[in-house]
Amino acid sequence: MSSEPKTAAGHGHDHGHGHGHDHAHDDHAHDHQDPKWYSPARWLFSTNHKDIGTLYLIFAMFAGIIGFVFSGFMRAELAEPGLQLFNGTAFGGFFGSEHNYNVITTMHGLIMIFFMVMPALIGGFGNWFVPLMIGAPDMAMPRMNNISFWLLPVSFFLLLLSMFVPGPAGANGFGGGWVLYPPLSSTTGHPGLAMDLVIFSLHLAGMSSILGAINFIVTILNMRAPGMTIHKMPLFAWSVLVTAFLLVLALPVLAGALTMLLTDRNFGSKFFEVSGGGDPVMFQHLFWFFGHPEVYIMILPGFGIVSHVISTFSRKPIFGYLAMAYAMVAIGFIGFIVWAHHMYTVGMNVNLKAYFIAATMVIAVPTGVKIFSWIATMWGGSIEFKVPMLWAIGFIFLFTVGGVTGVVLANAGVDHALHDTYYVVAHFHYVLSLGAVFTLFCGWYYWFEKMFGIKYNGFIGGLHFWLMFIGSNLIFFPQHFLGLQGMPRRYVDYAEAFREWHHWSTIGYWIAAAATIVFFLGMIEALVRRRKAEANPWGEGATTLEWTLPSPPPFHQYNDLPRFK
Amino acid sequence: MAGDVKHDYHLVKPSPWPLLASLAMLVMVLGGAGYMKGLWFVPQGAWWGPLPGLVALIFVLIGWWGDVLKESRQGDHKEVVQISLRYGMVLFIASEVMFFVAWFWEFFEMAIYHTLRANPEHSDLANPALEPLLKWNEWPIAQTDGSLVRPFDPFHLPLINTLILLLSGTTVTWAHHALQSGDRKSAISGLALTVILGVAFTCLQVVEYMEAGFSYDGSIYGSAFFMATGFHGAHVVIGTIMLMVCLGRLMAGGMKPEKHLGFEFAAWYWHFVDVVWLFLFAFVYVAPHIIWGSGAPGLGH
Repeated sequence: MSSEPKTAAGHGHDHGHGHGHDHAHDDHAHDHQDPKWYSPARWLFSTNHKDIGTLYLIFAMFAGIIGFVFSGFMRAELAEPGLQLFNGTAFGGFFGSEHNYNVITTMHGLIMIFFMVMPALIGGFGNWFVPLMIGAPDMAMPRMNNISFWLLPVSFFLLLLSMFVPGPAGANGFGGGWVLYPPLSSTTGHPGLAMDLVIFSLHLAGMSSILGAINFIVTILNMRAPGMTIHKMPLFAWSVLVTAFLLVLALPVLAGALTMLLTDRNFGSKFFEVSGGGDPVMFQHLFWFFGHPEVYIMILPGFGIVSHVISTFSRKPIFGYLAMAYAMVAIGFIGFIVWAHHMYTVGMNVNLKAYFIAATMVIAVPTGVKIFSWIATMWGGSIEFKVPMLWAIGFIFLFTVGGVTGVVLANAGVDHALHDTYYVVAHFHYVLSLGAVFTLFCGWYYWFEKMFGIKYNGFIGGLHFWLMFIGSNLIFFPQHFLGLQGMPRRYVDYAEAFREWHHWSTIGYWIAAAATIVFFLGMIEALVRRRKAEANPWGEGATTLEWTLPSPPPFHQYNDLPRFK
Repeated sequence: MAGDVKHDYHLVKPSPWPLLASLAMLVMVLGGAGYMKGLWFVPQGAWWGPLPGLVALIFVLIGWWGDVLKESRQGDHKEVVQISLRYGMVLFIASEVMFFVAWFWEFFEMAIYHTLRANPEHSDLANPALEPLLKWNEWPIAQTDGSLVRPFDPFHLPLINTLILLLSGTTVTWAHHALQSGDRKSAISGLALTVILGVAFTCLQVVEYMEAGFSYDGSIYGSAFFMATGFHGAHVVIGTIMLMVCLGRLMAGGMKPEKHLGFEFAAWYWHFVDVVWLFLFAFVYVAPHIIWGSGAPGLGH
């Protein structure tokens, strides 16, 4: 594909002066026709990338609260041996029996992945800041952008509905884990409607993501400001570009696998039915061919955000810009050829394992390029520990921990012992819940003033960070020990020997819950005080185009496209 | 928007279609779930379950694409917007290709490794003693009722269908060149012929399905065969509808020699469907036939 920006097409004029004044002027000129914030049509029928981005962020927050409360149910249950909540009698039987623990675990995974992290990082920040950063007035297909959003609440509704319809015989909801492996997800394990609704929910969520991803790729390839070649493009746009390609290429394979599951369940096909010559392991291959790129889909946009934050608060350009961009491309590419490292224990032959070990280890190289380049960016910089910078540094530290345990798990021999233990749970929560989620808060605190035009309280933001840092580490660090001791995943109860670390893990959850309350208090404080934000609160370190616009930006920015040097 | 906009991008007006399309899909999916398992007022087995949502979705799409056409006619699709739309269609087709990857992957895995998969104790592929397990010669396996699969002879109907699709690829190109050089009459003839060939393909595929010597739920072979060729068939139908819409627009005087994105996209989609068929023909029909040779168990049409 062409690396030349096409944006100059049809432009004969050229303004010599800086564009900052133009935007202030545009803002004023359009005041009379911009829709009011409370107009329902503005939000329901939106074709504005910033409004749709805001919708995504609100939706992700809503889904995130539900997912977070679900994890609270799990931690409360696991606080000590025996059945606390899921025993059929607690709180008048509200939590049901052990099966409901599995339902909650499954839903927590699916919600956090498909309805929290992806909508927030890609839909929210991607929508808001990809056009602003590349100097585009909106997304390439603003109306398609809107259906990418509206499919999500619909899909989320189906997922939540699945919890209240029959799953296995005599119980409600699907409890087979977010990976949906047959035979647990086939008629054998969950004959009821719940699993069918989960399948439909993921079909629609996948459709939403594919359409959104197409929109991002087109926008980035075709709508960069005149002069912004692809090698001058901000790293966040790079990260979303790579992510979008992963989405377009990985999600349809999941759609295929889910469709096979659906027809197996309802129309008698034999894809995963051993009785008819099918093989449930095939589902795992198809699922992880999507699933592994999916983990990079969740972390790559965060890489982009952290690059900008580290650079801004070190007052230095990012170290090794091109290597940073192509490291993401390399991670994305290798992400497609390592899937079976999730399946070492299915009885795969030794040569295949050897290949998947080697390929998986290779990912550590571009990831190392990123980690060390962030550190090199900070090296010798004049570092300011503002709130976003705290999250960024916290992210680098914690993501590295998760990355290192990933290298441990990449070894098939070790993985045979650790597969499906809490070590794996600790690993992927270090890269997601302490990785992707930290970048999410990092982006939130970095761009909050830009998006909403008001300032937050830095002290509350810092308190949020430190509480979250302590809480989430206390939740997940002990889980490494639990896993090494042999505590299996997805168990509602455990032996007395695991009591101590589970106990600490649950205490960690309450600290993280306190952090989350602090977060919302901080936002309420900001909304109540309404301190007017500056166009660029971060000073000379913030060099990307969004800081040239007022905060919040005008309803339609760049009516006169910025010329990029 | 108005006034001092100095770029060529298309800032689309607020639109109800995305929200309505999402709701229609929700209704359709809930109706489908009702058809499968019974939900609310849709009893299990009610074939009409997904219909209300589907009909609503079709109306929404007509409204949506009607708006696109209107905008195109008012000149909103400047050069740079057209490039965006092209990229978009290419990426959509790329995602469709990946959808078919799933079905082909399933087919290949099961065709090549079915014996191995049925005997998981033989997990060491490096063992030369297990070499015979890696042959296609026991594929397709017997069905669950014990009957043998009688696969299609690729050189009857499937070959005719291949020729039909290849021919339709040439007629759509003819129509395209005619349209570009302003010969609307030839363009209409070429496109009409393409639509006829597309419909003919679908009809022959239905005939073939009715004569199949195996069943969808009989074994993994039937499932993989019918889902792979069935999804291809569904895409042929979608492609045919796209071509029919283009034909209608051509006959109503729409589409300009220098700008006819709808036509181009329909043609791209048609070629994509064509290529998928060639892969199906080569690997799902012909390759097993060659490997079995003439000794294959009773060939059907």
